Amino acid sequence: MKQVVDLQQIRIKRDTRQPVLEGLPLQLGEMDKNALEEAVRIKEKHGAKVTVLSVGSIKLKETILQALAIGADEASIIVDPACDGSGPGSTALTIAAAVKKIGSPDLILFGEGSTDNYSGQVYARVAEILDLPQVTYVRELTVENGAVTAVRDRENALDVVKSNMPLVVSVTSEINKPRRPPLTQILRASRKPMNVWTLSDLGISSDTVSSVESSVRVISNLAPEQERKGIIFQDDVNEAAGKLIQALRKEGVFT
Amino acid sequence: MSSRVLVFSEQEEECYALLTKAVELANLLGEAWVLVLGKKEEETLKSLLEYGAKRVLIVPNADPSRIDAQSLAFVLSEIAKNDGPDTILIQSSKLGKETAGRVAQKLQAGCITDAIGLEILGSELVVRRYALGGNTISSEVITSVKRVISVMPGSIEAHPTPAAGEVETLDLAIPSPKVELIERRKKTGESANIESAEKLVCIGQGISKKEDIGMVNEFCAALQAELGCTRPIASDFHWISEERMVGISGKKCKPKLHVSIGVSGQIQHTVGIVNSKLIVAINKDKDAPIFKIADYGIVGDLYQVIPELTRMIKSARA
Repeated sequence: MKQVVDLQQIRIKRDTRQPVLEGLPLQLGEMDKNALEEAVRIKEKHGAKVTVLSVGSIKLKETILQALAIGADEASIIVDPACDGSGPGSTALTIAAAVKKIGSPDLILFGEGSTDNYSGQVYARVAEILDLPQVTYVRELTVENGAVTAVRDRENALDVVKSNMPLVVSVTSEINKPRRPPLTQILRASRKPMNVWTLSDLGISSDTVSSVESSVRVISNLAPEQERKGIIFQDDVNEAAGKLIQALRKEGVFT
Repeated sequence: MSSRVLVFSEQEEECYALLTKAVELANLLGEAWVLVLGKKEEETLKSLLEYGAKRVLIVPNADPSRIDAQSLAFVLSEIAKNDGPDTILIQSSKLGKETAGRVAQKLQAGCITDAIGLEILGSELVVRRYALGGNTISSEVITSVKRVISVMPGSIEAHPTPAAGEVETLDLAIPSPKVELIERRKKTGESANIESAEKLVCIGQGISKKEDIGMVNEFCAALQAELGCTRPIASDFHWISEERMVGISGKKCKPKLHVSIGVSGQIQHTVGIVNSKLIVAINKDKDAPIFKIADYGIVGDLYQVIPELTRMIKSARA
């Protein structure tokens, strides 16, 4: 699961068009929550152990407590200066190593993309590193006799596919509605195990991470230039509608 | 060794678009190769050459409509590995995007998905994509030896540049897929080409029930606009076909006029409309973020505003 800033609260500096991220609330990625919810549902139906993995800074702890409250049994967070704000290549490397360390899970569930950058690379890279098949954009998931049947989204169709486990799955927001944990679960969450690992605990050198990290260089990350008129009518309905139609006529909309 | 670029899309039109971009960037990327899965008509192969492909590589034993990401990543990396093409341009369809990360990992390559722009700056290929949920546009350069870029569909206009190219058939032993396709259910609902609409109206959760869409349809008819919507309207409530969903996980549109009705303006949606020429927003909440990107707005009850606008447009046209 990825920790992301609350995107609705991002302010843009007027002069430089730079986003201001400092001090924003941190939360679990939206579709990551769908992936967790699905894991917990499978556990409730078939019995399973649900482990949450996350990579980032020490600020992760509080966010991952939420995941434990939702119903994960255990969490392992990889906290390392080299991982803070890391890109998909090195995150995948770290997640794959952590998966190996915790054993061999039957299912590795991801959200279809992170709420902030939506690159959709991590699950595909993890699947490749672990040499596992992948089923992505999943809207329905059924586990039966060691095999998985999934309904996956494509552009013009829904595909029903079947695969043996172990398997990497990415889910869309349609798959379920993540629960809001009751207070008792939130209180209980802090008593669940949360392992804090560094890269060296996973046998990865920070050089490896930084060399993967440097394979993509960000030149700039700025709000797009836009000049909107921002003319807002707040009069009574007839008057506002009239003014709008007049403005649109001037813009040449009705020619 | 001169560089080369390998292009792939499971859709022909997008293949032409990617080839067009590859030819445009040929100074940096080198000659364009295109991968074709399955047997294709002579006509199609000829078209690929007309759009500038120096080499058309056919893998006859692959089915483009059934291939999975693992197999496609295998095919791409077999062609691109070692002294093969150092750049892969692939369409950011669902298949393309899920394959991009996988093939990049195989090739130890840096990867950028959902690119909305590619251009040469100095001696570097700069790729632009949305970041921070669409709040920003990130400009990035891949510095690894191999690079994989998935390009947002519809972001390139195709035009032919005939080149003297050749067609070659590849014999690849593709491992049998581990994921089995049991059934393909066609999505119901009419197909809508809202991406090329000149006028687009989008509704959000300000619309309180399905029946009320009739009122919006009447407005669209008067305005001669296509109807679109936010993700919850299509995916959660199923009031409108997903073909009409606009945003980061839906269509990206650039109409001359966009009218936003009862849409709060969450960034995941507005990414799909920011390139509209003129944006009009109607929302009862004067603090709704949608007004920040609007040219014109009405703060008011859409159930009063929309019928009034419909009436005025009709009488203006009469």
